[in-house]
Amino acid sequence: MTLHQVEITSDELRNLVSPRALEGETVLLNMGPQHPSTHGVLRLLLELDGETVVRCIPDIGFLHTGIEKNMEAKTYEKAEVMTDRLDYLNTMGNTLAYCLAVEKLVDLDVPPRAQAIRVIHTELQRIASHLVWLGTHALDLAAMSVFLYCFREREQILDMHEMSSGQRMMTTFFRPGGLWRDVTSEFEPAVRKFIKSFPARIDQYEDLLSENPIFIDRTKDIGVMSGDEAIAMGVTGPSLRGSGVKYDLRKEEPYSGYEQYDFDVPVAEEGDVYARYFVRMKEMRESLKIVEQALDSLPGGPVRSDNRKFVPPPRAELGTSMEAVIHHFKLWTEGFPAPKASVYVPVESPRGELGVYLEGDGGPKPYRCYWRTPSFVNLQALPMLSEGHYVADLVAIIGSIDIVLGDTDR
Amino acid sequence: MGIESKLGNMGVITTTLENVVNWGRTRAMWPMLFGLACCAIEMMSAQASNYDMSRFGMELMRPSPRQSDLMIVAGRVSRKMAPVLRRLYDQMPDPKWVVSMGDCASCGGVFNNYAIVQGVDEVVPVDVYVAGCPPRPEALIHGIMTLHEKVKGESIKEWA
Repeated sequence: MTLHQVEITSDELRNLVSPRALEGETVLLNMGPQHPSTHGVLRLLLELDGETVVRCIPDIGFLHTGIEKNMEAKTYEKAEVMTDRLDYLNTMGNTLAYCLAVEKLVDLDVPPRAQAIRVIHTELQRIASHLVWLGTHALDLAAMSVFLYCFREREQILDMHEMSSGQRMMTTFFRPGGLWRDVTSEFEPAVRKFIKSFPARIDQYEDLLSENPIFIDRTKDIGVMSGDEAIAMGVTGPSLRGSGVKYDLRKEEPYSGYEQYDFDVPVAEEGDVYARYFVRMKEMRESLKIVEQALDSLPGGPVRSDNRKFVPPPRAELGTSMEAVIHHFKLWTEGFPAPKASVYVPVESPRGELGVYLEGDGGPKPYRCYWRTPSFVNLQALPMLSEGHYVADLVAIIGSIDIVLGDTDR
Repeated sequence: MGIESKLGNMGVITTTLENVVNWGRTRAMWPMLFGLACCAIEMMSAQASNYDMSRFGMELMRPSPRQSDLMIVAGRVSRKMAPVLRRLYDQMPDPKWVVSMGDCASCGGVFNNYAIVQGVDEVVPVDVYVAGCPPRPEALIHGIMTLHEKVKGESIKEWA
């Protein structure tokens, strides 16, 4: 394979950096794509005046996977495998968004038990995602122990995912019309145990960080963004709520039965790195509340729709029913057709508004599948947030907007 | 420790130079801190509390390629990333080894398309392939143990 290294000419830099850089007054510094604090393969071109960031130019695409194009080549059910690999810290949330979009496109109902289990898994996933964020964010700010504690709790959540789906990360547990299967008998005790033990763990993280003078020095008044600026940049999720805007899609446009649950949307006014940390810590407690409520009111019944035009029959029926064999064969060879229409479904991912735009063309494959990913949009705010700060603070700012490069580059 | 039983009366053990060098190389193999995609999260899990790769002398992940012996290619390699990956490999000092972690790095995985390099062995020489999407931390650790077995059989002249 031939490799092509791309060189940047000074002409190409002309409108990106300030004129001072071309005269040699400021320094251009490359950060990434292999850098421990860029949370993946983000490359930043920094223009520095001494240690102060004058301009910050993100260069993305180092993880471009062609997921959207790949999905268009697969039937609706088979394309779902790709969705896990977009934002790999929020796999359940991605599949939820995609399943909701497909269900809206073909007008398919989901049984209430499946909806509740979806909520439980998505909220557990939100906690797991925030734990990875907290661990790596603290690690960037030189607090090593938090990382080890966070990953200890994250393993418990991954074990619960494994109980349900057989996989730790790439679960593909939600399917259009419900779930792959019902949760196992050991799932509920495991979640109850986690609900009981986890609040004390959050206290432990807060003990380590919230009042820590080094952590406060490195996060307070760093990367400040007002609510209006955040909205103008299209920022969503905890980063927006850290700037004092109370906007959460679980409340604004409830999906999958979120309207039944009683939870708060944490908001902080300051809009700095610490405010975003504060919001995410509170969110973990709220997620735990939702999980507990959903588990308490977990309805019985089936976990998959019985609309056989879209949902394959259970394995047991194949031996006795000719009709089931026909449906099974049709669904797994050809897939189900979707009408010539387009839908957009947004959900609240741990990073913000995760939207799926699906366009059907009457056939069994999507004509277009577009992902409105929160990391990509939130990354737009990075240059604005980082300008005027030290390079060392840039690391804190990148951590605070919580980007996942798989989500950004797709 | 058990090693004192080998001392005998003289305080001398006999072995070959190659054995000693290879033993040293396997017991302090520093991986490069370099994550690409989903597998990088499992690599972090392998480093964290539950799996703890430091049991094998790997507690230090070096962010600089010039200080590392082992490159774990954790995740899908896009065509834009491939030149960077090769450059990092070239910057690593000899002796150096590569573990291809996960299906995407090994063969393209589920992504048979325009964007992804179909196997990182097109760009760098791979010693051990670890299967899985993503592989469990245990699988990564097994891959590294397999690499250790390979290193133990190497001739030091190969890297001279």
